[in-house]
Amino acid sequence: MVNMVTPPSHRGGPGSPDRAAPLVGVLALQGGFAEHVRALTAVGARTRLVRRPAELDGIDGIVVPGGESSVLDKLSRALGLAEPLRGALQAGLPALVTCAGLLLVAEELVGAAPGQRSLGVLRVRARRNAFGRQLDSFETHLSVAGIGGDVEAVFIRAPVIESVGPAVECLAAVHGQVVAVQQGAITALSFHPELTHDLQVHRSFVGRL
Amino acid sequence: MVAQVTLVDELAQCADQLGRQPEGGAAVELYRQIDHQLPAHRPIVLCGRARARSVSKWSMQDLQMWILWWSAMGAVMALMTEETTATTRVKRGLADMLKGGVIMDVVTPEQARIAEDAGASAVMALERVPADIRAQGGVARMSDPGLIEGIQAAVSIPVMAKARIGHFVEAQVLQSLRVDFVDESEVLSPADYSHHIDKWEFDVPFVCGATNLGEALRRITEGAAMIRSKGEAGTGDVSEAVRHIRTIRDEINRLHGLGSEELYVAAKDLQAPYDLVREVARTGGLPVVLFVAGGVATPADAALVMQLGAEGVFVGSGIFKSGNPAKRAAAIVKATTLYNDPDAIAEVSHDLGDAMVGINVSDVPAPHRLAERGW
Repeated sequence: MVNMVTPPSHRGGPGSPDRAAPLVGVLALQGGFAEHVRALTAVGARTRLVRRPAELDGIDGIVVPGGESSVLDKLSRALGLAEPLRGALQAGLPALVTCAGLLLVAEELVGAAPGQRSLGVLRVRARRNAFGRQLDSFETHLSVAGIGGDVEAVFIRAPVIESVGPAVECLAAVHGQVVAVQQGAITALSFHPELTHDLQVHRSFVGRL
Repeated sequence: MVAQVTLVDELAQCADQLGRQPEGGAAVELYRQIDHQLPAHRPIVLCGRARARSVSKWSMQDLQMWILWWSAMGAVMALMTEETTATTRVKRGLADMLKGGVIMDVVTPEQARIAEDAGASAVMALERVPADIRAQGGVARMSDPGLIEGIQAAVSIPVMAKARIGHFVEAQVLQSLRVDFVDESEVLSPADYSHHIDKWEFDVPFVCGATNLGEALRRITEGAAMIRSKGEAGTGDVSEAVRHIRTIRDEINRLHGLGSEELYVAAKDLQAPYDLVREVARTGGLPVVLFVAGGVATPADAALVMQLGAEGVFVGSGIFKSGNPAKRAAAIVKATTLYNDPDAIAEVSHDLGDAMVGINVSDVPAPHRLAERGW
């Protein structure tokens, strides 16, 4: 709520003529990408929907949104995006991945759909639908290290992170289960900050670009 | 004194409109801060789970009055930072995550697996697809719980199921089965010709059909977390789906251009609550996700309705009444994502086998048209 009225990030607003606002790609295969575009725009970033490999060129960062993880996996492979995206992430493209997006980039999945693959960039083991069905979906407030002590978080049939590799830092937990991690330039969240008016996550991400 | 305030969505909107920005930084962790930091002379209004849920039934005017009254009392309004399930945001959130996707009707666990493999975002579990309901006639009811459970066990994507219009006990049963979404559907025989289900009473989210904006807003007023245009189910004829999505979009665009004094009459004409009408006029869209259903049978059909403003597609009989369901389903999924790319739609439309035979809606006698059920 309070965050809606704070000015856009230092690079993006009309008052910052010295540097262009960062251009953030938003993977737009399926799911809640429009909400990320809204949040990114609100913190002063420019956005581009990414459906084709060529649309990855020239972006300063990428958001992999929530949706249905098995659908994101199939479409990213069918449209030839999986390999270029993996390459870009491995080369250090800053990324904010949420919910199904986390599952798309994870190394190992528990409870995957038959034939479901992942990009293997984020060194974590993630459990799909870890909290249960939709009736177990919930919202809460979380302390997320490096982002804020009180971040609004909506969990929709959300995954959790069961184990992490050496270079992965845990940022937040719910009932002792890890729901946010950082690995290099990748911030991965089990939940949906984009479904709230809370812009802390997006401001932090765009501020680092 | 810095009042630390978090508000539920609806309250936040009201506060916006009243020009009253809550002061302060992050939300309160009430359990600690009530006793220690907030001054004793300011009452605290708690919006915990019960409050958040009952508030979501109020009109915006009710909410504004409520905020004004408590603000005048010097109250600090705060949302308890507990984990809350079944809020409006959680219900509408699942619909948001289905956007850009295809939800497919399935009648067996095998079909559900084929749909999941083909890239369905969710499946609709039912006993007969609309084309068979139409052909066989008789009363169409909620599916056997065993069938729904079999489909839930077969796939990991969300499972929806249909209840009859107004049949709140079928909806209670579906919630007890823990389906992910209930479709209060005109495809089944209505159980109540006067009332739809009071969907606020449920923790499970609902999707409802609509043929025009007024109908969509009435369903949202009753608690629907997602709207689908009705089309004419079980025909394979996309013309009604096109008519309904065009009608809804046109009516939204018209509202968007009206002056504030015209919105009162618009609300009367739409037979929808004024506050919701004003919100649609302000935002230029529904407050919930809008899908298209009823008659989509080809990748081009799916891309057509997406270009007309749908946020996703339900495909009923069109897949499993066709020659090659797996291939057709995957093609419709791709066309729904790349709906603005004719080359891609051409590519996926090759060699899909026979489409469902279909019936022209004009050949369906008016009493047998499903879209006219519900009001």
